[in-house]
Amino acid sequence: MSTATLNVTTVKADFPLLGREVNGHPIVYLDSGATSQKPRQVLDALDRYYEEINANIHRGAYLIAEKATTAVEDSRAALAGFVGASAAEEIVFTKNATESINLVAHSWGRTNLSEGDVILLTTLEHHANIVPWQQLAAERGVVIRWIPLDDDGRLDLTDLDQLLDGVRLVAVSAASNVLGTLPPVRRIADAAHAVGALCLVDASQWVPHYPTNVADWDCDFMVFTGHKMCGPTGIGLLWGRRHLLDAMPPFMGGGSMIQNVTFEGFTPADVPTRFEAGTQPIAEIVGLRAAVDYLNAIGMEAIRQHELDLTAYAMRTLTERFGDDLAIHGPHDLENRGGTLSLAYRGIHPHDLSQVLDQHGICVRAGHHCAKPLMKVLGVNATARASLYLYNDESDVDALADGLAAAGDFFAF
Amino acid sequence: MAGLEDLYREVILDHYRSPRNRGELETPPAIMAEGFNPLCGDEIQVYLLVEDGVIAEIRIGGQGCSISQSSASMMSAAVLGRTPDGAREVLRSFKEMMSIHEHGLDGEPISTDDQPGASGLGDLEALRGVVKFPVRIKCATLGWNTLDQVLDQTGT
Ligand SMILES: Cc1ncc(COP(=O)(O)O)c(C=O)c1O
Repeated sequence: MSTATLNVTTVKADFPLLGREVNGHPIVYLDSGATSQKPRQVLDALDRYYEEINANIHRGAYLIAEKATTAVEDSRAALAGFVGASAAEEIVFTKNATESINLVAHSWGRTNLSEGDVILLTTLEHHANIVPWQQLAAERGVVIRWIPLDDDGRLDLTDLDQLLDGVRLVAVSAASNVLGTLPPVRRIADAAHAVGALCLVDASQWVPHYPTNVADWDCDFMVFTGHKMCGPTGIGLLWGRRHLLDAMPPFMGGGSMIQNVTFEGFTPADVPTRFEAGTQPIAEIVGLRAAVDYLNAIGMEAIRQHELDLTAYAMRTLTERFGDDLAIHGPHDLENRGGTLSLAYRGIHPHDLSQVLDQHGICVRAGHHCAKPLMKVLGVNATARASLYLYNDESDVDALADGLAAAGDFFAF
Repeated sequence: MAGLEDLYREVILDHYRSPRNRGELETPPAIMAEGFNPLCGDEIQVYLLVEDGVIAEIRIGGQGCSISQSSASMMSAAVLGRTPDGAREVLRSFKEMMSIHEHGLDGEPISTDDQPGASGLGDLEALRGVVKFPVRIKCATLGWNTLDQVLDQTGT
């Protein structure tokens, strides 16, 4: 892995969309928490796939079908390496993080959980890591409990032991998509294991930004989504411990996921094929591999350091310029947070704020960020969220600050 | 390019700063419906008290952006004192103004007999510019869709 520092000018130039203008201004893209932009390297990989080796996989004995199959399995191996999995077979391709969690909820959850079993979530989860469990709860009488937050937006683990009573699964985000909070995943996984529970990590907001190692977390399932880490949309991933995946029934039935089908029934294929029913998003799998290669070439450690420096700069700049007029939700110490900045500014509604920022070419997200329970805890309906990534630099932060000042002038009353 | 002044007209900002008919009414005798904008989390409550066949009182509760709040505020002023059917008529005119199908995407009316002022919408005309910002149409119509629901409860 490269230990060099990240050259943001070079990186920015890799992303064609970042060269465009919006509303007469060079675009300032601060919504990577929703989806990242894509580097030329990924876009080229998609083109090359369709132009050179497009064929359905695991089915043809001809050259390009073999090449396509190899490209998919190479991608699986590359992703296994990227997240520290011990074998490529532990990597299941899905559509996105949402599907990965639904897969676990349906397959593992409906096999192993029954009335009165407890699932422990945290109050900062994305709806993707809430609703599938609520569906299971409604269907099976499973109980959901919540780890609360402290006043700084970190998990309050004071009562963790009591909360873990009767728990079969703890599902926690490695990084909050609203507050930037970085929950102590290893500590939670250890505590879960101590009571015989499993731990699922939603790493959607982690994997794009930090080195990832499922062995260090010692978790049991881990999910993320490709489009937030420079990859295409439509491709996500589930990692699970091999013995858990082996014991799980298929999620969706259809082509590819079987060993045999007769008039009487079917025998499912081995993992991971068992969970990959139907024609896969082959180009996207290849594109995701290109994203992994791209990030690895820069180095996840270098990306982490760049974002840490930029987040420090952003928090300093915004605090110095706006003082008490501006509040940043979530932890303020940089060890406990990433570059996701949810802002409240002079009582201006986030929707109005983002509208004014848009006029300056600045893309931020306004809304509940698919975390309505968390909004309730924060006592707001919405926040304006700026999220930083490897291609952002100080000029983007300065533009945001100027945009906020303009919004303040416009709505000054 | 549509500018901010197209969206945030002075009348709109005025209703945002000092919303009319804000608050709650006791239910019953009043009736209430609640609306959500699932995109941004805005919530609105519309309370109606219908007496002698007319809307005797209306109150708007909840939280939202300048567009949803001002639109609801203007709506409250526009339907107060009307019969439920009269209110439905205003609602229909408003929704028509908000529908992209009836306008070019630049927000200008396509048919010439649909000139500003012709709709009888008064202040509400100021919201015409919202059509140029399609994402915000849901903000502008939130209160109205909620009014639609509460009118259904009047049973008239
Ligand atoms: C923390 C977190 N989990 C899950 C998701 C869901 O990702 P996707 O919509 O790609 O499934 C997101 C993205 O919005 C997220 O931020």
